Amino acid sequence: MTEGYLQLETGETFTGTWIGSEAATSGEVVFNTSMTGYQEMMTDPSYAGQILTFCYPLIGNYGLNQADNESIKTSLSGVIISDVCDVPSHYSATKSVSDQLKEAGVPGLTGVDTRALVKTIRKHHTVKGVLVKSSSQVTDELWQQPSTEQLVQRVSTQKVQTFSADGAHIVLIDYGYKKSILDALMEKGCSVSIVPYDYRFEQIEAMNPDGVIFSNGPGDPMGLVDQLTNIRKVAETYPTLGICFGHQLIALAFGARTEKLPYGHRGANHPVKETKTGRVHMTSQNHGYVVASETIDEHAFDVSFYNINDGTVEGMTHKRLPVQSVQFHPEAHPGPSDTEYVFEAFIQQANAAGGSVYAKV
Amino acid sequence: MPKRNDIKKILVIGSGPIVIGQAAEFDYSGSQACQALRAEGYEVALINSNPATIMTDETVADHVYIEPLTIESVARVIRIERPDALLATLGGQTGLNLAMELSEAGILTEYGVELLGTDLDAIQQAEDREKFRALMNELAEPVPPSEIVHTLDESLKFANQIGYPVIVRPAYTLGGTGGGIAESEEQLREIVASGLSLSPVGQCLLEKSIAGFKEIEYEVMRDANDQAIVVCNMENFDPVGVHTGDSIVVAPSQTMTDREYQILRNASLKVIRALGIEGGCNVQFALDPLSEDYYIIEVNPRVSRSSALASKATGYPIAKLSARIACGYHLDECENPITKTTYASFEPALDYVVTKIPRWPFDKFEAANRQLGTQMKATGEVMSIGRTFTESLLKAVRSLELPTLDLQMISQEKVNTEELLKRIETADDERLFFLAEAFRKGVSVETLFERTNIDRFFLQAIEDVIQIENGLENEPLSYEKLKEAKENGVSDQMIAKRQGKTEREVRNERVALGIRPVYKMVDTCAGEFVSYTPYYYGTYEEENESIVAPRPRILVLGSGPIRIGQGIEFDYATVHTVQAIRESGYEAIIMNNNPETVSTDFEISDKLYFEPLTTEDVLNVIDHEQPEGVIVQFGGQTAINLAEQLAAYDIPILGTNLEDMNRAEDRDEFEQTVTKLEVLQPKGSTATSVEGAIKIANDIGYPVLVRPSYVLGGRAMEIVHHEEELLRYMNRAVKINDQHPVLIDRYLTGKEIEVDAISDGDTVCIPGIMEHIERAGVHSGDSIAVFPTQTLSDEVKQQVVDATIRLAKGFHIKGLMNIQFVIANEQVYVLEVNPRASRTVPFLSKMTGVPMAKLATKAILGESLTQYGYSTGLIEQPDRVAVKVPVFSFAKLRDVDISLGPEMKSTGEVLGQDSTLSKALYKGLIASGMDIPTHGSVLFTVADADKEEVIPYVRKFHKMGFDIVATDGTSKRIQEEGIPVTSVNKIGEANGSLLDVIRKQDVQFVINTFTRGKQPARDGFKIRRAAVENGIVCLTSLDTCRALVDALDIMTFQTQPLKTGGGVE
Repeated sequence: MTEGYLQLETGETFTGTWIGSEAATSGEVVFNTSMTGYQEMMTDPSYAGQILTFCYPLIGNYGLNQADNESIKTSLSGVIISDVCDVPSHYSATKSVSDQLKEAGVPGLTGVDTRALVKTIRKHHTVKGVLVKSSSQVTDELWQQPSTEQLVQRVSTQKVQTFSADGAHIVLIDYGYKKSILDALMEKGCSVSIVPYDYRFEQIEAMNPDGVIFSNGPGDPMGLVDQLTNIRKVAETYPTLGICFGHQLIALAFGARTEKLPYGHRGANHPVKETKTGRVHMTSQNHGYVVASETIDEHAFDVSFYNINDGTVEGMTHKRLPVQSVQFHPEAHPGPSDTEYVFEAFIQQANAAGGSVYAKV
Repeated sequence: MPKRNDIKKILVIGSGPIVIGQAAEFDYSGSQACQALRAEGYEVALINSNPATIMTDETVADHVYIEPLTIESVARVIRIERPDALLATLGGQTGLNLAMELSEAGILTEYGVELLGTDLDAIQQAEDREKFRALMNELAEPVPPSEIVHTLDESLKFANQIGYPVIVRPAYTLGGTGGGIAESEEQLREIVASGLSLSPVGQCLLEKSIAGFKEIEYEVMRDANDQAIVVCNMENFDPVGVHTGDSIVVAPSQTMTDREYQILRNASLKVIRALGIEGGCNVQFALDPLSEDYYIIEVNPRVSRSSALASKATGYPIAKLSARIACGYHLDECENPITKTTYASFEPALDYVVTKIPRWPFDKFEAANRQLGTQMKATGEVMSIGRTFTESLLKAVRSLELPTLDLQMISQEKVNTEELLKRIETADDERLFFLAEAFRKGVSVETLFERTNIDRFFLQAIEDVIQIENGLENEPLSYEKLKEAKENGVSDQMIAKRQGKTEREVRNERVALGIRPVYKMVDTCAGEFVSYTPYYYGTYEEENESIVAPRPRILVLGSGPIRIGQGIEFDYATVHTVQAIRESGYEAIIMNNNPETVSTDFEISDKLYFEPLTTEDVLNVIDHEQPEGVIVQFGGQTAINLAEQLAAYDIPILGTNLEDMNRAEDRDEFEQTVTKLEVLQPKGSTATSVEGAIKIANDIGYPVLVRPSYVLGGRAMEIVHHEEELLRYMNRAVKINDQHPVLIDRYLTGKEIEVDAISDGDTVCIPGIMEHIERAGVHSGDSIAVFPTQTLSDEVKQQVVDATIRLAKGFHIKGLMNIQFVIANEQVYVLEVNPRASRTVPFLSKMTGVPMAKLATKAILGESLTQYGYSTGLIEQPDRVAVKVPVFSFAKLRDVDISLGPEMKSTGEVLGQDSTLSKALYKGLIASGMDIPTHGSVLFTVADADKEEVIPYVRKFHKMGFDIVATDGTSKRIQEEGIPVTSVNKIGEANGSLLDVIRKQDVQFVINTFTRGKQPARDGFKIRRAAVENGIVCLTSLDTCRALVDALDIMTFQTQPLKTGGGVE
């Protein structure tokens, strides 16, 4: 058992037992309050560059399985756990958390007072940290953080991937998409093409999609400011759905601004109210940035969802164009699927746009 | 939608007495509901028959009716109060059933009373098995193959179709009363027969057994806007097959992937939406451990025991929000009372593990069948919170107050592996400890899994604990080892044992090494938002979140799990003392571990520590809080038992001091003190050996009352009539030695009297004297108590008052005391002095208006009673008569003898009050659940010694028009009196024995007395059990019989023809 330390830029140090890969790491330290779904969280590309703290203390009880990875890669920088369980008990388990971390080259700490850490993050809002075995490993270089574009590049697909089916053809622009988005589309019979994050409008046009999804992804959406013109063009042409990071990009493309939340929304219990129905839904969320509501062009967009707890924007719908975006994750995993109907609405719009050549293939 | 303004007055129905399957959780939910409704400005009327509740405090509702929970009496309250609406979903099954009856009887329509919350159709759809199954089929939600049966033949046919084992669940019964798993046709016949008779609608559900599946529960809420959330999910340690009330339960689920979690979450929400539930609801699932297949087992369309647990486990107050939803609010309009910064429309996130373990009454009922199944047997439960599963589990085990050392049950050490493996195959109350013992003997997780189907995760945790324990053996205590042990919940006591040290040495070493618990907050949101709730649990981590208040603090120790002998009354007293402490300007801190109760509602105290009540855990809190002192006299034996240890650590015990408490408990010192105070007491002495006991008994003369010193609820107390019986008792019931002396007293046949008094050291205020209906020898908790006394002469009353004052002063009582007297030949003898709150405190407080526990607390804090207008002596006694009637849960406990004696057996109590004793008795008996028809048959089978005494009652029954049935001997005696009587055969005789009469329900009452002897094989036992199982009132004391006759007398008219003959010649 090796001791390890999480050193925060604000000065606090948290001690634990080192698990996973041996290499030191760094990143923004964030927390997720969900009580289940550590596998989905660990493989969610949106956590790229971040050190993820699990609020729920017992991590690993049911192991990791073949079905629940949100991506092939494990992109987060590190994990902080209170009590890791490396003797999993579940019929579908194929490996333990520690094994997964080792394979993925991700280090972590267990035995940490994660609740104290969460409260520290809450106090400082955004806080970076380094995960090391000794203070000699803490170097200026280690503190260096990759840019958003670098992170997105790292997690985005390099080439187009196609999943054919009989339904509407959806282009999924990959900023670090979660596999559950693809699953949700395919379950509804869509044909899906996953394209690199920097795919040009003309390239997308050539694919003749019925609809386009801007996926979730890591980092600050302002880091992709160069893409905004392209994004707007796509959104104005095709039925569009933005999810999380994708939602923020659409907002930016249509002139709104984004800002950093004090300490983000990460969990499976975030209540959002749908303005149209007045109904509250539980959603899965994972974001540090948010669209500033006063910067949304109210002549172009309606706020379709807002957060019950802090009133922040959780979704927008274009008044004329079939463009909608949500800050939360309608594809769930981990977390509730109460808002899965967002996909249905989008697919209907895509079908309405019609004329897909792929649909007949 | 904001709250409704078209309703002004709401009637709330409580759940009545504590019985197995319906305990303190409904006092918690009912109190919360009433307070929530009042906070919204509604006028609240409340009806509940249980006086020992906070709910029936005059401050909880605007109009409190302590009346029987029958349709007649609720209708009477409706006619008086004319409420606009009725809230019945917070009073357990009792409340729900009453609402249905009221509706069916047309009373709600007649008086324009609207039912709030979930509507009756939805309730019926959830509760009626057939309708529920139809709905599930419509929703395409899987339910196990099952069939509703109304006859034995139907059940056999179905069982033959699907094969054994088959689960039997009678419809509309509490806590699964009468249910069970039938492995064979013979068992099926037995269970179905009793199930059909116990079900008010004569229905049983037969279900394919899905034993081995994981049992998972979801606590969900929905509002009128169709918004639905999951408050908490829970996983049972035991696989499907054990009633959830009898299962060890953990929250949140531990072995389900997010995918499985969401599948079941979606199913729960789908179901409550389809049912149209408005408020809290509980959905139970069986999940295949080898696939994502699941079945819905059951839906409870109301607040339940599980929702109380979920509320305490998460901090999310389900009952309070259910009440607000019922009056029109939507979830997103209700503030989350924990964070005050977020709203109720979210799903709590836990960052700890909660474990609940039931508390069973098998220590009191040794003859009871300990096997656990579909019928609940536990009387109460404990909950604990930890940051690791092992910590949570071991803290819960410590909270149970069993004679175990963590997971070690000393009696099991000698059991060999083969026997252990056999024992764990069936679930019973000791299985957890047998599992641990098996690991100690080197059995593998895999073997135990094969035998039990308990998830390997839980088994592994137990093995981990045993490994850690073993690692502590014979090694110097390193920082790492000690820290690991503490993080995994191992107690100082266990460490001490393994290290061959004293607990104190371990504690000192541990503290010297800086290993102390920190206290973390329960905040519903895993630390995501700032929270203000002073609700804490201890764990071995870094950051302490419990900030010590600047003002002086008082620590109150609660009473732990509800068990026979220590019921909800002590929670009532605890809550009152906390309120009084707060009023006096101190910070009131409470420690307790019972999730069902009001005292563990975080809004009651200034600070709540949800912790085990052991010396270690209490000292830890004291170390941190540094209170002025600790109050132990309201938390029953649980708290009292800690006083000595705490005092040994120089912790100030507030109120009556330890020496005086000991003087009251220690037989010899007690005797000396009482003699010095010139108060009479029955002759008695303490024996430390069997020979000594025989000598003492011979000296004072039989019959004698024998019991071990330090008793709880009369445990192991018996009346012994001769030497042979004494020897049997010594062999069977007690371990007699110098450390465990046995008390032997002259048994005086007389009237038993009970007094509660409050003293500040100078003033001794006596709120009331109570008289027991049953003669001395029946445990005071099982006796019907009458207040004010009806048969005492003024002279005797004065003797009682004088003795009470002398005893209070002589024992330097500060706070509450309870005294049991027996009156023989107009002389008052003291039986025992309890320097603490008794179970009659709520009853007496409510009947006299004296806030006894609060007043006692003021005295403890150094204030004088005169300041509050009280002086020494008996306060003026009211004219209205009240009776406290005990309530038993015998139908739930097979193989338990229902006869009354010195060992307490009741689980709860009700109150009956009216202008005369007979009326009060009638109400009390009705409220206690007795079915009292005014015509029918009465079966007498009494001991020879009682044959004279019983005649007047026989005559009275006859005059009231009842048919008299009796066994041979009794019958002969009755015939001699010229009373018509039908003889029935004794058990074992040819056809038509009295058992058949009972089983065919040809009689309405059974009066059975007998010569002492505890073997269940005895005929009397069979008679009494048959009566209980067939729902027939069975009385074992002629005193209770007299009370029944008196009560019946006022309800019946005697019809007789005019006298003929004579005439004028």
